[in-house]
Amino acid sequence: MNAPDKPILRIDKLTVDFLSEGDPVRAVDDVSFDVCPGETLVILGESGSGKSVSTGTVMGLIDCPPGDIVSGSLVFDGTDLSGLDDEGRRELNGRRIAMIFQDPLAYLNPVYTVGRQIAEVFESHGEGEGGAVRDKVVRLLERVGIPEADERIDYYPHQFSGGQRQRVMIAMAIALKPDILIADEPTTALDVSVQAQILELLRDLQRETGMALIMITHDLEVAAAMADRIIVMNGGKVVESGKAEDVFTNPSHAYTRRLMSAVPHADAPKVPRNAAPGEVLLQVAHLSKHYKLGSGPFSPKREFRAVDDVSFTLRRGETVGIVGESGSGKSSIARMLLRLNEPTSGAALFAGEDIFKFKGRALDGFRRRVQMVFQDPFGSMNPRMNVRSIISEPWAIHRDILPRERWNERVVELLELVGLKADHAERHPHQFSGGQRQRIAIARALASEPELIVCDEAVSALDVSIQMQVIELLADLRQRLGLSYVFITHDLPIVRQFADRILVMQRGRIVEEGETEALFVSPQHEYTKTLLRAVPQPKWLRSDPAPIAGQGISGKV
Amino acid sequence: MMLGYIGRRAYHSVISVIGLLTLVFFLTRLTGDPSALYLPLDSSLEARQAFARLNGLDQPIYVQFFQYLQNLMSLDFGQSLRQNRSAIEVALEAFPATLKLALVAMTLATVLAIVVGALAAARPGSLFDRVAGLVSLAGASTPDFWIAIVGILVFAVGLGMLPTSGTGTALHWIMPIVVLMLRPFGLLVQVVRGTMISALASPFIKTAHAKGMKRRKIIFGHALRNSLLPVITVAGDLATGLINGAVVVETIFGWPGIGKLMIDSIIQRDFAVVQSTILVTAIAIFIVNIAIDLLYAVLDPRIRY
Repeated sequence: MNAPDKPILRIDKLTVDFLSEGDPVRAVDDVSFDVCPGETLVILGESGSGKSVSTGTVMGLIDCPPGDIVSGSLVFDGTDLSGLDDEGRRELNGRRIAMIFQDPLAYLNPVYTVGRQIAEVFESHGEGEGGAVRDKVVRLLERVGIPEADERIDYYPHQFSGGQRQRVMIAMAIALKPDILIADEPTTALDVSVQAQILELLRDLQRETGMALIMITHDLEVAAAMADRIIVMNGGKVVESGKAEDVFTNPSHAYTRRLMSAVPHADAPKVPRNAAPGEVLLQVAHLSKHYKLGSGPFSPKREFRAVDDVSFTLRRGETVGIVGESGSGKSSIARMLLRLNEPTSGAALFAGEDIFKFKGRALDGFRRRVQMVFQDPFGSMNPRMNVRSIISEPWAIHRDILPRERWNERVVELLELVGLKADHAERHPHQFSGGQRQRIAIARALASEPELIVCDEAVSALDVSIQMQVIELLADLRQRLGLSYVFITHDLPIVRQFADRILVMQRGRIVEEGETEALFVSPQHEYTKTLLRAVPQPKWLRSDPAPIAGQGISGKV
Repeated sequence: MMLGYIGRRAYHSVISVIGLLTLVFFLTRLTGDPSALYLPLDSSLEARQAFARLNGLDQPIYVQFFQYLQNLMSLDFGQSLRQNRSAIEVALEAFPATLKLALVAMTLATVLAIVVGALAAARPGSLFDRVAGLVSLAGASTPDFWIAIVGILVFAVGLGMLPTSGTGTALHWIMPIVVLMLRPFGLLVQVVRGTMISALASPFIKTAHAKGMKRRKIIFGHALRNSLLPVITVAGDLATGLINGAVVVETIFGWPGIGKLMIDSIIQRDFAVVQSTILVTAIAIFIVNIAIDLLYAVLDPRIRY
């Protein structure tokens, strides 16, 4: 597939600044790369590494100002892109260069049908209007795997699932058979099994049309699954580039090596675990949460079972991982265990006492002993409070934990415990990176000296290299403080390192439960196998290079 | 679904209209005895009592109120003391003049505001944007009675181009409409500009650029449609204000609308007419609000009732 053709796009020494208040910020610094027809180039990097900005300039999607191309050239098929006027740019966009984005719900206009939005591609480039276009759009939707396309063409974006919306975006992008498709984190917002189908679709389309694919991702597995060549970006610079297999098997730059080592592999060293778990700390029995649908007096009563008859046991010092895709009911369990929602039925005993019977003072006491760390370290902290007041807030609520004279001392202790510095106490949340903020969230959770911490997708929003650091911190605290965790995630590889036992959830039910290694090595339930298979395999190791065209679209999303 | 929704809204509105009419019933009767205005100053006590008896004003107030409610049930809204005919007829006769004025003023204000606001938002900080900002701010904040009086002074008295008041020719419409639409126009330009700027920053606008769409289509097709909801909310609110009777403007320009009728009837203690004008405007405002809700559902497919 590595076509020996000359590159269709060549970017040479590109430097882009962003003018924020005061000094310009260098977003892209002396970046060069090219891509040939039929080839897949992956731009790999963590958030803020400049990968989206460099491709945004290719499509003229960076607003100038605040963006400013300081130097460098972008040549597409003999045309200098930076010298194009609006009309020339418009001619290329959509027809010869197309793009899909991370979050298709936000990137589709909510008030127009998907059919109309796809048809606009044809109309904008003078490729017909009205009924003739409609037929083309139906065929496109069929091609990207939307069932009942001739009916669904008149649906609005919110009436599709996340995976289908991305399929619609892809249909829009490939409408005029572009020479280059730029995919900016196309599967980041999707569940793993859906991600696999979308990647498959992109590979099939590339094989059919011979287009060049530039894929931006922070996900090493996705990168490995798709790339012919890789460039790795960090801090606006290209730190490594080369054939995918070489970069993965023999990374030369220190940053790339760090990135690679952060990915949890089966043979990666395990984080320390408690050898002998103690007595039972949490016992959940037949826990259910049902929601009634249809509120009016005349609408039919239906029930949605968010959590359906879930039972499990957690011992002191142990970690149980709850794994499932979005909507599987994992977070509902967490919310009930913390008494944020009431269950429909079932019981949960915490150290022998029924959680759902706690009232008043007893409930306060219980909440002290169980803490939660949320997914979004940005949203779960008051931006106006400094770190000191964030961490010491539990002591203001539970007066008996710590006398006020010791607060400052203890804040410093906690900050050091989670790997931050004493002088961080005076700063505000926005002055920290995502990983640092999650450390603050953990310090806040530790402040009330809990016995159990519920982590709801606690590392999902973090870059891979940061994810492992936070996991290691949690494991270390488990060892030192004898903590227990309920660790909720959609990301299977991560729990392999960390959890003692895993519950796999699907549609509110536990479909499989087992010791971590056993579950990974010999999964029993079909759904678990699907989840494990869905973790993409590297492209250079795949044995099925040529699936029959159309096969990849049969999967329902 | 939709009919059920309208039914529910109507039911709620009936309750609030009854509450409103109750309040108005007692408040108007606080203004004093009508016979003091309708009979000659030197009329005898017997004549006054006869007048009161004839119009039911000799009864205790709660009996009058009960009687009023009973009559409402049979759609009898009472007699106008001043014109000696059905009060609701008087109110309905005055209403079209107000409605026409409000409709023209609001349509012009909304259309102009959308165009000006959208163009200002397309190039924030440009000369056009700054001029539009200045004009709209002035329009939104200058009191209408002042503009009306200065307008009469300049265009009617000074230049003699336009009539001072009344209806009749097309020229009579110009000043009332311009004065009425200035405030809605000014406010709406600001709203349109604000919502358009955030709509133009939405991710789906990036998609439209990536598709290679024309800039004009992106602004008026994609961004505008998404920024209309808040505009309609504000426009609806302003429209109810105009339907409510542009009391000041109608009075200044001698416009025979419902606002002027209301003021005149209050001054004349023509209770039945005051109550009827309020009933008519309340129903009109209810219809406007329903129309806005339905427009929401038309404009945004995610909204369902």
